[in-house]
Amino acid sequence: MGSPLITPPVVRAQALSCPNCGGPLERRGFGHTLTIVCPQCLSVLDASAPQLQILQQVDKAQGRRTPMIPLGSRGNFRGATWQAIGFQTRAVEEDEWEEYLLFNPYKGFRYLTHYAGHWNFVTPTEALPAQQAQARVAYGGRRYRHFSTAEAVTTFVLGEFPWRAQGGDKVLSHDFVDPPCILSAEATPNEITWSQGEYVPGAEIWQAFGLPNRPPVPRGVYLNQPSPYKGNVGGMWMNFALMLLILIGLALFFATFSRHEVVLREAHHFSSLDPGEPSYVTKTFDLEGRPATLEVDLDTNLDQDWAYFNFALINDRTGEAYDFGREVSYYHDSDGSEGSPRASVLIPAVAPGTYYLRVEPEMDAGRHSMSYDLTLRHDVPSYAWFWIAAALLILPPIGYTMRSASFERQRWMESDHPPLRRGGD
Amino acid sequence: MADEAGRRQANCPACGAPVQFRWSSAAQTVCSFCRSVLVRGDLELKHVGQVADLPPDPSPICLLTEGSWRGKRFQVTGRIIYQWAGGGWNEWHIVFSDGTSGWLSDAQLQYAVSFLADPGVALPPSSEALRGRRFVFHQVQYEVATVTVASYKGVEGELPFPFFGKSEMYFADLRTPGPQFGTLDYSDPQPLLFLGEWVQFEDLQLKNLRQFEGWA
Repeated sequence: MGSPLITPPVVRAQALSCPNCGGPLERRGFGHTLTIVCPQCLSVLDASAPQLQILQQVDKAQGRRTPMIPLGSRGNFRGATWQAIGFQTRAVEEDEWEEYLLFNPYKGFRYLTHYAGHWNFVTPTEALPAQQAQARVAYGGRRYRHFSTAEAVTTFVLGEFPWRAQGGDKVLSHDFVDPPCILSAEATPNEITWSQGEYVPGAEIWQAFGLPNRPPVPRGVYLNQPSPYKGNVGGMWMNFALMLLILIGLALFFATFSRHEVVLREAHHFSSLDPGEPSYVTKTFDLEGRPATLEVDLDTNLDQDWAYFNFALINDRTGEAYDFGREVSYYHDSDGSEGSPRASVLIPAVAPGTYYLRVEPEMDAGRHSMSYDLTLRHDVPSYAWFWIAAALLILPPIGYTMRSASFERQRWMESDHPPLRRGGD
Repeated sequence: MADEAGRRQANCPACGAPVQFRWSSAAQTVCSFCRSVLVRGDLELKHVGQVADLPPDPSPICLLTEGSWRGKRFQVTGRIIYQWAGGGWNEWHIVFSDGTSGWLSDAQLQYAVSFLADPGVALPPSSEALRGRRFVFHQVQYEVATVTVASYKGVEGELPFPFFGKSEMYFADLRTPGPQFGTLDYSDPQPLLFLGEWVQFEDLQLKNLRQFEGWA
């Protein structure tokens, strides 16, 4: 095509000087920049006309802030190169946060916001998110929950902005969260602008912009900080359910394959009026196979009375004795009953061999007596291990669930919708 | 053939320089030598005015920039530059490979593609196009997000209609919860509706872009 000379020139960055202090100024945002704040004297300059006009003079003594990402520095972040060209701090009452304006001449503007070690990468959105019931807002396939609404005041500005920025600017800011995302609306009397942010670990920003030292350590829970627990809670409960199934399987296995063999059954009578030694020994019995449990069952006819049994399980060959005892008591009246006329003792892991049991019953002196059956069962399944294992397994998911709940609680305590406090305060 | 060539090529009635039309339906162009605004009549080009030098412009798009939208190639043939209280924006006239044309707008590097649309219903007068009002066009509900009073700052290249020297123009920006958007244009007595969608820079696959000092 014989078309003449339309190739436009390279867009050049402009070197300017501050009309207030004469110091050098850079215009990194090209023609997009409407406001420049002089880095030397902090004068706010109107950059929309070729001649810079002073809009606001700032008292330098009044808290100058130093951006952690120096203006002019560039970083490769989320698929593009971004240059930090503007910096402002804004505050709601005493809470002040930082905002870094990032620029790419092709892709436009983004923001990094920082509060107490928590960072967000923010993209302006053109769409109008749909307001829904219960203070929810839908945008881009996510449902955001209203967090807070407050008036934000600009407390410090530095560098360049594509809008008319100055200290004292006020907007009504509405925040909606769906961690790790945040949706914000900023309303002035004339317009509402929406933006969407995503929580970013400080280390990612430090690496992208090649910043020295380390990012500040995050304090507290930020409104859209992803919970380190939330995603895991369900999984931990699933794990627990799986382990519990395995435990139940094992318990069923032992219940089925335990011998549950009666090795001794004797009937006795005791009276505190009987003269002589109350103790006696049973017949000997053989315990065969692997070391296994031995259950001693007592079935008495106690009624409004009690008894105590001292036992010794004695190895017939070595004379080795294992002492144990058991109280049996049974009382009842019109209000209910206490205790039981039956009791049992489970001895874990008794080695195979020939044994007998020495029994010494005790009752109150006087006219107290009882009849009882003594039954010994070998290789009775024990479920204590089952309950101990189940209890140990349930601890991590319970702990996680509690920590997760506490994290969310901490998050929402800072919102306009704090969770109800438990107890009386 | 000769007829076609004749329609596509002419000389500027002001300076005599050759003026070439890239798009056969163009109603207006600007002579790139003398910046005369030329409106195409039945037989000849009419000189209707002169544009001042274009203001320094930070858009990465320029005449001849090429790109693609929904799989269709397009080329930028012209533009209108608007200015409002919050800055300026460009409406780039784009012509697709199939001869249809639309607009690629660039407002502080937020990009959108839109087309003149038949609303199917009567358009609301500007007195009703207020912030917060909702209108339905082609089964999509739009909300007026902002009303902009803009002035014309410049014009360049080929446009589908004569456009020159307009002063104050009202636009109602129509938004949805999704990428669709619209504009109610009250710059003529008869309002116009433009409908389109927001697009990401990288999705446009633009070529022949401008260069920026310090940015490779």
